Amino acid sequence: MMSDAPLLSVEDLTVTFGRRGQEPFRAVDGVSFQVRPGQTVGLVGESGCGKSVTSLAIMGLLPQRGNTVSGRVDFEGTNLLELSTDDMRDRRGRDIAMVFQDPLSSLNPVVPVGVQVTEVLERHRGMTRKAAMPVAADLLRRVGIPDPDRRIKDYPHQMSGGMRQRALIAIALACAPRLLIADEPTTALDVTIQAQILALLKELVEDTGTALIMITHDLGVVAGLCDEVNVLYGGRIVERGARHPLFRDPRHPYTNGLLGSIPRLDAVGERLTPIPGSVADNLPWDHACAFAPRCSQPIERCTQVTPVLEESFGRALRCHNPVEVPR
Amino acid sequence: MPKEVCGPVLRYIIRRLLQMSGVIVVLSLLLFLWLRSLPGGTVSAILGERATPESRARLEKALGLDEPIYLQYFRFVGRALRGEFGASTGVLPGRDAFDIFLTRFPATIELSFLAILIAVVVAIPLGYVAARSRGGWLDNASVVASLIGVAVPVFFLAFLLKYFFAIKWGLLPVSGRQESLGCTRVTGFFVLDGLLTREFDCSWSALRHLILPAFALASIPFAVVFRITRAAVLDVLDEDYVRTAEAKGLTKQVIRGRHVLRNAMLPVVTTIGLQVGALLAGAVLTEKVFAFGGIGEALAIAFQMRDYSVLQVLILMAATVFVVVNLLVDISYAVIDPRVRTR
Repeated sequence: MMSDAPLLSVEDLTVTFGRRGQEPFRAVDGVSFQVRPGQTVGLVGESGCGKSVTSLAIMGLLPQRGNTVSGRVDFEGTNLLELSTDDMRDRRGRDIAMVFQDPLSSLNPVVPVGVQVTEVLERHRGMTRKAAMPVAADLLRRVGIPDPDRRIKDYPHQMSGGMRQRALIAIALACAPRLLIADEPTTALDVTIQAQILALLKELVEDTGTALIMITHDLGVVAGLCDEVNVLYGGRIVERGARHPLFRDPRHPYTNGLLGSIPRLDAVGERLTPIPGSVADNLPWDHACAFAPRCSQPIERCTQVTPVLEESFGRALRCHNPVEVPR
Repeated sequence: MPKEVCGPVLRYIIRRLLQMSGVIVVLSLLLFLWLRSLPGGTVSAILGERATPESRARLEKALGLDEPIYLQYFRFVGRALRGEFGASTGVLPGRDAFDIFLTRFPATIELSFLAILIAVVVAIPLGYVAARSRGGWLDNASVVASLIGVAVPVFFLAFLLKYFFAIKWGLLPVSGRQESLGCTRVTGFFVLDGLLTREFDCSWSALRHLILPAFALASIPFAVVFRITRAAVLDVLDEDYVRTAEAKGLTKQVIRGRHVLRNAMLPVVTTIGLQVGALLAGAVLTEKVFAFGGIGEALAIAFQMRDYSVLQVLILMAATVFVVVNLLVDISYAVIDPRVRTR
C-alpha cells in the first residue's frame, strides 16, 4: 500500500507563540518529516515538546492571534499553510481528520452522538441527516460499538470512556480521510481499553489505507503501531528512524532515556532509570543542545554548539555524543 | 421535538409542577404571616391612630381580623382556591382585590415582557460577537455599555429618556399607556387587544407608550444577560468539543449554533429567569416615572393603607409569575441539556 511520493511533507515548520511582555516562545522549531500514503508515523516526546502544536499547525487549528506559523505543510502537493481559512475548512474532516485526547470533553455534551457523526457527512458528502443516519450507524458498528442503531441516539454522558473514543474515531473516519492525526488517543483511558483502541486504530488504518500520525508520550504505543518514529525534544526532532532499528539501537541519549523509563515485565527487580529534570530546564537551541542539562553523557561541545539533524541510512540524529551501538 | 426528548421532558415538567405548587403554598403562608406582623395595620390605617377602641373593634370584626390568625389563613386559602381574594380596603375600598389585579397586572406584564425581549434580543447576539472579538473595540465598548447599564439607577435612566425623547424632542408620549381612542378592551394587554379587535391604531398607540419605559427597564437585564452571554461564549470557545467541531471542518454557522451557542445558552437561560424577579421590582419604579398604571402604583398605596387583600393577590401573583418563568427556564434547560433530563 505504500508508495514513495509523500502524502504529507512537513518542512521547516516553526510555530512561535507571542507572549505579552516576554520573549516569543518557539513551541515548534524547524520540524521536518514526511508521511507516505498508508504509513504510520509516531511523534514522541514529553508534554511541552511541541508534538501537539505540530499537529494543530498541520490542521490549521492554532488560534490565529499571537501565533506565527512558518515553513511548509505540503499535503498532496498543496501547501496547507497558504490555503484560505475557507479552503482549509473544506479539507478538515474530509482529507485530514483528527482524534483528540479526552473523549468526554471532545464530544459536545448536548448533541446526540449520532448527529455528531452525521454532521461530518452532511458537511463534506452533502448528505441529508436522514440519509446519513444509517451510514453513521454503520460507522459506529465498524468501530465496535454494539447495538449502534440504539446507541446513535445516546448522548456522550451515556457512553463509557472507551465507547466515546470509538465514537470519535468513527467521526474522524466518516469521510475516509487520507490522513488521520491521533493526539494521545489513549492517554485518558483505562489500560485495558487503551489496548483495544490501539488495536482498533491499527486495524482501521490497515483496512482503509489511511496514513496515521500517532502523537504520544508513550513509547509502548509507538512500538505496537508505528512504521517510523520521530522523537521530539524542545520543539525539535532529535532522532528519527524506522521502529525496529530505533528501538533496538537508540542513538540519542533522550531516546535511550525514554526507553529506559518504560517498565518492562521481563526485567523484574531492575530499577527504572528516569530522565532527571523536566522540560522546564531547557536551554534554548540557539547556542547549545537543549537537552544537555538533563543528558546522561554531555560533553563540553553540547553547551557551546547547536547540534544539527544529520541523516544517514534512514536514520536521523541530532547529537554531539550519541549512545554507542553495542556490537 | 424528537420522541426520545419528549417523554423524559414531560416527566420532568410534571415533577417540577408539583414542586412549584408546594412553593406557592409555602409562600402564601409566609406572605400572610409577614404582612400581619408589619407594624400598624389595616384598622389603624383606615381609622387613624386616635380612633376609639369600640370603633376599632367593630371594624376588626367586620374585616374578620379578630379571629385567630390560623383561622384567617385557612379562610384565605379556601377562598383563594375559588378565586376570591376579598375586597380592597385601601386602594379602591370595596372593589374586589382580584379585579384590581386584573386591571393592573397586564400593564406590568406587557411592560416587563417587552423589556426582557429587548434585553435578550440585543444582549445575546452582542455578547456572542463581543466574545468572538475579545479585546477588540466592539468588545470593550459593549463591556463599558453594560457596566453603565448596571450602574445607572432605573428611575434615573427613565427620567433621562423621558426628558429627552418625550419632553424635549417630543418623539414619544410622556406618560400613560394609550391615547384615549375609545379602544375595545379584551384581555387588558393593550397591544394584544388592538391586534385582536383589528384596531391597529390602538396597538400602535400602546406600543409607542411602551417604548421608553421598556428601554429604561431593559437596561439592567440587558447588562446582566450580555455579561453572562459573553463569559459563557468565552468559556465554550475554549472547550475541546469546539476544537473537535473545527477539526471536522464544519461551517461557521453550524459551529456557532450547534456547538457554541447551544452550550453557552445554559447559564444565559438561568440568568434570564432570575432577571424576571428583578424586572418586576424595577417595573414599580419605572411605572411611577411614566405614570404607567401597572401594579407599581397599586402596591405603593396598598402598603401605606395595609390593604392586605390587594397586597396578597398582587404579591402572590407576581411570585407565581416568577416561579412559572423559572419553571419555563428549567424546562428549556431540560430541552437543551440532556444531562438534566436523566438526573
